[in-house]
Amino acid sequence: MARRAASRLAAGRLDGLGLRHAPGWRMLPLVVAAMAFLAALAMAGAQGAAELGRHWQRGAAATLTVQVPRSGDAPSPPAAEGETRRDRVVALLRGTPGVAVVRPLGDAELSDLLRPWLGSGAEKLSLPLPAVIAVTVATDGPDLPALTARLEAAAPGTMLESHGLWVRRLDLLARSLRLCALAALGLVAAVAASVIVVATRATLASRREVVETLHGLGATDFYVADRFARRASRAAALGGLAGLAAALPVVVVLTALAAPFVSAVPAETALPGLAELLATVPRLPPALLWALPTLPLTAAAIGYLAAQGAVRAWLRHLP
Amino acid sequence: MIRAEGLGLRYGDGDEGEAPEVLQGLTFSVPGGGWRWLLGPSGAGKSSLLRLLHVAARPTRGRLHLMGVDIGAARRHELPAMRRRIGMVFQDFRLLSHLSVFDNVALPLRLAGRAEAPLRADVTEMLRWVGLSKVAAMRPSLLSGGEQQRAAIARAVIVRPLLLLADEPTGNLDDAQAERLMVLLREMNRLGTTVIVATHNTALVERHPGPALELARGRLARDG
Repeated sequence: MARRAASRLAAGRLDGLGLRHAPGWRMLPLVVAAMAFLAALAMAGAQGAAELGRHWQRGAAATLTVQVPRSGDAPSPPAAEGETRRDRVVALLRGTPGVAVVRPLGDAELSDLLRPWLGSGAEKLSLPLPAVIAVTVATDGPDLPALTARLEAAAPGTMLESHGLWVRRLDLLARSLRLCALAALGLVAAVAASVIVVATRATLASRREVVETLHGLGATDFYVADRFARRASRAAALGGLAGLAAALPVVVVLTALAAPFVSAVPAETALPGLAELLATVPRLPPALLWALPTLPLTAAAIGYLAAQGAVRAWLRHLP
Repeated sequence: MIRAEGLGLRYGDGDEGEAPEVLQGLTFSVPGGGWRWLLGPSGAGKSSLLRLLHVAARPTRGRLHLMGVDIGAARRHELPAMRRRIGMVFQDFRLLSHLSVFDNVALPLRLAGRAEAPLRADVTEMLRWVGLSKVAAMRPSLLSGGEQQRAAIARAVIVRPLLLLADEPTGNLDDAQAERLMVLLREMNRLGTTVIVATHNTALVERHPGPALELARGRLARDG
């Protein structure tokens, strides 16, 4: 009996405004859960776009393509069958500091590259195709203008393509995707705050007499607003937790599916199984691993601040 | 304690011509520890004057000094502390239905930041004084009208207010309960609290004579 009375007393102290059963809060955790779910996806999207962008940029920036025209296509120094010109260029590239790998493409690979444009019979057209050499540069790459000049001297007409334009485009695409994801995150936060304000106002309307009585008894704005804000914060945190729990499996699956695209290891053909999915969890990007658990905390903070603001604005109508 | 100079109150946005003044040019004073009946027919402005004295509204004209503070000029954040020194008994009690009688009475002390242990002792003593010890754990809705009125008074006086206001406190009570209430109010006044009781129960005033402020159509018709 005494314990029950003490418990009622504690509940009374905690909930002096009778907010526990107020109708305004009932749907709040559910709505915030939906917002948190979307926010988690947006965070994963932002992180994924950043990772993918970095990966693409690393790949594009680390690769050079050298085209060595056949001798008939360009003014040639003495000697020169195409293969000899190509070999000279390959030898020059291999001796250049900052060049990690030099790989001349074979005829089959060239045909594969041309097939989308010329069809499967490209090799039968007897086109004067240049020799193509794929070059992977080290982190501290070669001096490109100097290399271009040396290549020209070794095999006139040789072209060096550094993919700088693609790097810039990929960078712009990755940044745009990231900005879109962050904008979605901001929008979700704004919608969540608006929902909390509406719920708080609905609760205020249903507890108007109680609030006015407390105000008359000398309650400060902070006391009243804090009671509402704590309740809103708790409901929002609960919603944030539920939304995170719902989003985590989706994020893990998406990360596992995206892994081959951001990995240095060649993609496997089979889709990931449950074991692979579970193994993905610790491999989630560290930034995402840190950011996701903050969702319930952020939801709680938004709930507290939005409710505080809404209640304080309402209380300004009282003297 | 209370000093009103040309006091006026108009509800709404204060735009001249739209809402009439419910109080006009009231000038009076009540010393600390004084007693005043607040008399007048319905619509005379008694409840509006009590709202001003309870700092539930600010004067739209004139000046009102309560406990040395100019209510019209006071900053908003100063007012809660003032309200905690004023006890108010409403005709409809305004007890919080989701709290027990004990918690209702304890509420002003909790709002004032009083520690829980001494607070419990004070509330228990107050409930004993008003004869509500046995119903302390009950919700107000389970009490009789008289018991609710006593709980409301206990809540109003638990902070030992400097000013106690009562709006038609006997309106929902039978004669015996009304007499018991008057004894409580007189006791508070004897202990030094300034008491203002608004009523249109002339029989009650005749049984407990005292100085009165009488309002008629928002103006002061009698002081003394």
